[in-house]
Amino acid sequence: MGVASVMRGDRGGQAMLAVLLVVAVVVPILNLMVPESSPWHVSTYTVTLLGKYLTYALLAVAVDLVWGYLGILSLGHAAFFGLGGYAMGMYLMRQIGDRGVYGHPVLPDFMVFLNWSELPWFWQGFDLFWFAALMAILVPGTLAFIFGYLAFRSRVTGVYLSIMTQALTYALMLAFFRNEMGFGGNNGLTDFKDILGFDLKSDATRIGLFLASAGALALGYLACRWIVTSRLGRVAVAIRDAEARTRFIGYRVDRVKLAIFTFSAMLAGVAGALYVPQVGIINPGEFSPLNSIELVIWVAIGGRATLYGAVIGAILVNYGKTYFTGAFPEAWLFALGALFVIVTLFLPKGIAGLVGMIRTWRRSRSPAESAAEAAP
Amino acid sequence: MPMNPTCRSRRFPHLGGLGLVFGVLILMMLPLGSMADEIDAALIDLSDRSFEVKQAAVDVIAAGGDPRAGTLLEALLGGNLYARESDRRPVLVAPSPGGYRLTDALDGSDLGEVERGAVKKITINNRMRNQLRTAIAALTLASPDPEIRLKAAQQMLGDANPIVVEAIRDQLGREDDQRVRDYLDLSLALASLRDEAPAARLAAVNALSGSLYPAARNALTKLLSDEPDPEVRAAAERSLAAIEQKLKLNAAAETLFFGLSLGSVLVLAAIGLAITFGVMGVINMAHGELIMIGAYTTYLVQQAMPGFLDYSLFVAIPAAFVVAGLLGVLIERSVIRFLYGRPLETLLATFGISLILQQLVRTTISAQNVAVQNPSWMSGALQINPALALTYNRLYILIFALMVFVALLLILKRTALGLQVRAVAQNRAMARSMGVRSARVDALTFGLGAGVAGVAGVALSQLTNVGPNMGQAYIIDSFMVVVFGGVGNLWGTLVAGLTLGVANKLMEPWAGAVLAKILVLVFIILFIQKRPRGLFPQRGRAADG
Repeated sequence: MGVASVMRGDRGGQAMLAVLLVVAVVVPILNLMVPESSPWHVSTYTVTLLGKYLTYALLAVAVDLVWGYLGILSLGHAAFFGLGGYAMGMYLMRQIGDRGVYGHPVLPDFMVFLNWSELPWFWQGFDLFWFAALMAILVPGTLAFIFGYLAFRSRVTGVYLSIMTQALTYALMLAFFRNEMGFGGNNGLTDFKDILGFDLKSDATRIGLFLASAGALALGYLACRWIVTSRLGRVAVAIRDAEARTRFIGYRVDRVKLAIFTFSAMLAGVAGALYVPQVGIINPGEFSPLNSIELVIWVAIGGRATLYGAVIGAILVNYGKTYFTGAFPEAWLFALGALFVIVTLFLPKGIAGLVGMIRTWRRSRSPAESAAEAAP
Repeated sequence: MPMNPTCRSRRFPHLGGLGLVFGVLILMMLPLGSMADEIDAALIDLSDRSFEVKQAAVDVIAAGGDPRAGTLLEALLGGNLYARESDRRPVLVAPSPGGYRLTDALDGSDLGEVERGAVKKITINNRMRNQLRTAIAALTLASPDPEIRLKAAQQMLGDANPIVVEAIRDQLGREDDQRVRDYLDLSLALASLRDEAPAARLAAVNALSGSLYPAARNALTKLLSDEPDPEVRAAAERSLAAIEQKLKLNAAAETLFFGLSLGSVLVLAAIGLAITFGVMGVINMAHGELIMIGAYTTYLVQQAMPGFLDYSLFVAIPAAFVVAGLLGVLIERSVIRFLYGRPLETLLATFGISLILQQLVRTTISAQNVAVQNPSWMSGALQINPALALTYNRLYILIFALMVFVALLLILKRTALGLQVRAVAQNRAMARSMGVRSARVDALTFGLGAGVAGVAGVALSQLTNVGPNMGQAYIIDSFMVVVFGGVGNLWGTLVAGLTLGVANKLMEPWAGAVLAKILVLVFIILFIQKRPRGLFPQRGRAADG
């Protein structure tokens, strides 16, 4: 299946990818070519911010895949994101080499500080980029596979599953806060110097990471589209809408769920791996249950089961967060809280559904009754 | 203390022991007048050059039984006792413009001013310090205040000085406070451990068997290291083993208490959720914030009635119930009623509400933690035995949790509202057609759950920090408890909460607090795979929902 067939009928997705392409071309030019004095210049700070939003968007797409198309509300996707981030963070930590505060040739600073004499076994191999990149995908994938295997096989569904995923990320947060875990405890991993030999502080590296994020988002989006337009995707929707019936028809519900859930977790891991070099730190706070719930609201605001809506929601909410926390720090939680309530009450289909809602409202203006509430 | 009492009594049996026993006996037979003479002579002896003479004098003064002797001996111990050069009379001094102003050490009468050279400080050595402490303790042992007697008994624990032993025997004859009696008995047994006769030591060793006082264990351990008599040794080993056994039991009881205490906190936090989630099927992520509101209500009540701290909780409990309950009704009427049947949407909307409530508290009160005070009756501990003390705050909260549980159970099983709540939970359409106003029942049920969360907040404010984030700490635990216990089952919540609390505390000694918590979470995640509907699953048609 080619890109064209996957994207057929997905008008919003086509527009989103087009905008993404334009941004990916224009932003580097405006950053590198346009002099800083010009009003058209895009600062490196903004580039990094955009890159961060793009990784969030990829994460939101991963959530939308399982929530919108499979009906699993995961309140633990930040855990997969965080694990991917930690894998990349470990690579970046090893790249520091002897340039740390303590100047130890192998051990990261926090291990020297804890009086550890050698690298723990699970840190082996993370000096190689390909290994770390593989782990950023495999570790979240494995965790999702084990968790999903146990949960789906015993038919834990709905709210129970949501609460269990939340417990999962909560347990991980508590675990990563412990110094004994060997991941830097409370402070996490930070003070990164370079990636693949490129200085992380240079503009060119920042642009490179931004482009990598954009590319990952585009590829991740296409992969999700490919899944949802395939037979697998149609079975997934069937499971979402009538799980028992799908099972009785003869589909192996647990296997479909497991496959898509695991893939989604891997996607979240990729997003985390791209996120960490751009923000320069990963700490256990990323596992906090609040983060997972927050990213669900990105999807809800954008519109679930559209994929491109997740991208819109992630970028809009995070832009709002950046703006509010800078301009009115007091108001941000009020705004976020109100968003949660308003979206669930009045916008069950999110921003992506807004277009459709307005269209149906216009078309049937004479029998206006209940058109707005058409979506249960 | 560099000296220990054992050496003293063994090395100076005559001076410290027999001679003085005779002295006391003779003194007791002498008429009062000559006893006063005796003490007068002893007072002079206090400033003698020889420490041994001083010691003898202290014993005589202490044996005199004069209550004022206590102050004199205390002054001597504190290095505040001086002797007048002219007649060697012990005096207390206070600096004055001309030198010192003297007061009589015994009767406190003013002796006028003298220059600095006219008095000399009475020095003491370490051995005398021990002796003085004992003597003061023996004097205070006769005090009418049981608390002072208890302190004295603890002070002289294991003292083998015959005067002390005699004083203890005397006091035992008339002591009516059990705690003091226990200490006095222990003291006598400890003293007999150093007796010359093996039989006496054997009796003492047996008397100490299973004693929970740390002093008994230490004394027996020490005895084992230098006891010549094999029979006594064997008995001591048996007694020690009995002590260890009892200590282990008490440690287990303490762990159990801590576990139940943690469990009661979990039950309190979860029981409101058991109603909103279990009975109504509403995922209320703002539950933790309702707990927080209850805790802040406690804080505000305490601020409003600063003079009546001890009674503040009794006002705070109904106040928190009403505040949180009304807030719950408001949330239900404005948001949740539009979302019935869509549990995941309720989850998101109530999470939004929880963010708003947190920020509301941050903006209106403070982003910092606030100080909620403990009433006096909540502090202190119930001393079951020397090795086991149950703190009152935890004990009361455990009892309170059970009371809340029973009250809720009665409301659900015995009242008209409870009947309607259960009817709506089982079959909304049928209940409505029977005339139950389901909208009203929904609002009241949610209000009840929220009110209970508020009451839980009052209790939790006595144990933990009260801050805008405190609710988040409980929300996941609460859901775990409800899910583990089985949704829609109050008993399940109680059993699950207490079990998880005890399990947590049992694991803590070898796993550490955080790891224990992680293990419990992992356990629940695995448990839910095996029993997706919890410990006590709902049966019948309602379970299909």
